[in-house]
Amino acid sequence: MNRLVTVDPALRRAVQRRALLRGGLSLGAVSLLSGCDLTDGDAVQAALHAISGWNDRVQAFLFSGRRLAKEYDAASVAKEFRYNAYYPAQDVVQIDAASYRLGLAGLIADKQPWTVAQLMALPRSVQRTRHVCVEGWSYVGQWSGVPLGDFLRHVGADLHAKYVGFQCADGYYEGIDMPTALHPQTIMAVMAGDEVLPGKFGFPLKIRVATKLGFKNPKWVTAMYVTNTEPRGFWSDRGYNWFSGI
Amino acid sequence: MSHEPGEQRHSAMARVAHWCQALAVIIMIGSGWRIYDNVPIFPFEFPYWITLGGDKYLATTTSNDWGTGNAIAWHFAGMWLLLFSFGLFVLNGVLTGHFWRDLLPLTPRAFLRDFIAAATFKLGHRLGEYNAVQKAFYWGVMFAIAMMFLSGLAIWKPVQLGWLTWIFGGFPAARVVHFLFMSAIVAFMMVHVMLVALVPKTFRAMTLGRAVDVPHGTAVGAAHE
Repeated sequence: MNRLVTVDPALRRAVQRRALLRGGLSLGAVSLLSGCDLTDGDAVQAALHAISGWNDRVQAFLFSGRRLAKEYDAASVAKEFRYNAYYPAQDVVQIDAASYRLGLAGLIADKQPWTVAQLMALPRSVQRTRHVCVEGWSYVGQWSGVPLGDFLRHVGADLHAKYVGFQCADGYYEGIDMPTALHPQTIMAVMAGDEVLPGKFGFPLKIRVATKLGFKNPKWVTAMYVTNTEPRGFWSDRGYNWFSGI
Repeated sequence: MSHEPGEQRHSAMARVAHWCQALAVIIMIGSGWRIYDNVPIFPFEFPYWITLGGDKYLATTTSNDWGTGNAIAWHFAGMWLLLFSFGLFVLNGVLTGHFWRDLLPLTPRAFLRDFIAAATFKLGHRLGEYNAVQKAFYWGVMFAIAMMFLSGLAIWKPVQLGWLTWIFGGFPAARVVHFLFMSAIVAFMMVHVMLVALVPKTFRAMTLGRAVDVPHGTAVGAAHE
């Protein structure tokens, strides 16, 4: 039941003023939360880190080695890929193709380093998938290269190990879980579109992981290792979630 | 919960669920705004001071990051609090019959009538009774929170939950949907807090568990303080 009532206009104005005041107070409460002292506090960060670890496990559980990322047609591929690294494009490392070697380490039987020519000679799998950045932007790209799982089998890696880690020429480092490494859309990309991977986008080797956020797709990769110790990641060392599956 | 006319009661369970949700929603919106600001999808940004995710100048100095990483950590922690408190709230509302008793029936005709009355400041308030506009708002905000979960999952897992992302029209579209339902929740909260300020006894009921109107016949303005 609702009653029709009349309210004195002066009283109503007073009440509205008070409502505004209270609104201001709750905004103040929000800004308290966002204040640097609280959110950068060690205890808060430790709690957030612990929950992020729990989210790693939830995501590993959600991951399926057989579920494929959507493949797009050639027309959907972005004309220009978006450059992204932790430094501006003019600082990109120039890798000399002749002296480049991909080093292998850890639980791998054949640790012979690989040249660019040898990597280019491997059978390539092509994918046109969506690259999703943790920041929210995304684009469809085409990459090709040997599936990482095929390569790992070829060099006699221990596929029961838990992780594969990567080191890059620019000091970047990343790592992924073995189930993701063995996913068919995780490839050692040496081509972008119909071209050899351009210098700006990781020449000569980018690990394209269609089931992970962009920052889990290392570029300018110079070494790869198989391990049971969780490899650190450049951005997960800076507060981002480690698993970062999509 | 049975009550006398002019009396409002909230069980301890409902109050805990309500306040945990309030905290969770503030965390989700504050951190969501910081994440949005990193790559805005519309031509505006949220002011830095109102966003959640630590000191972005410190983060820029130490990690070459704008505090997005910290905001994401908050967002993916807050989602669990929201999930549990929202689940508790809905479960409590269904099992105690609160939803059916207090938020139904709801007809378009009643909504229109009460909406017009509210817009012309002729809608009264009696503790423990929900008018049709309130009922619609409460159903609406619960729907919006549910949609935030679904569109959020579509953004978080566009491969593993690709079917869900597809329902929302793809990854970029899901971000827009997520933004729109956030806006709806913010609009709800502004009206909600404003109305609580107008009828402060509802705040008492939601914190202490019970509030009563002064005896009938008093105009709404005079009914509190």
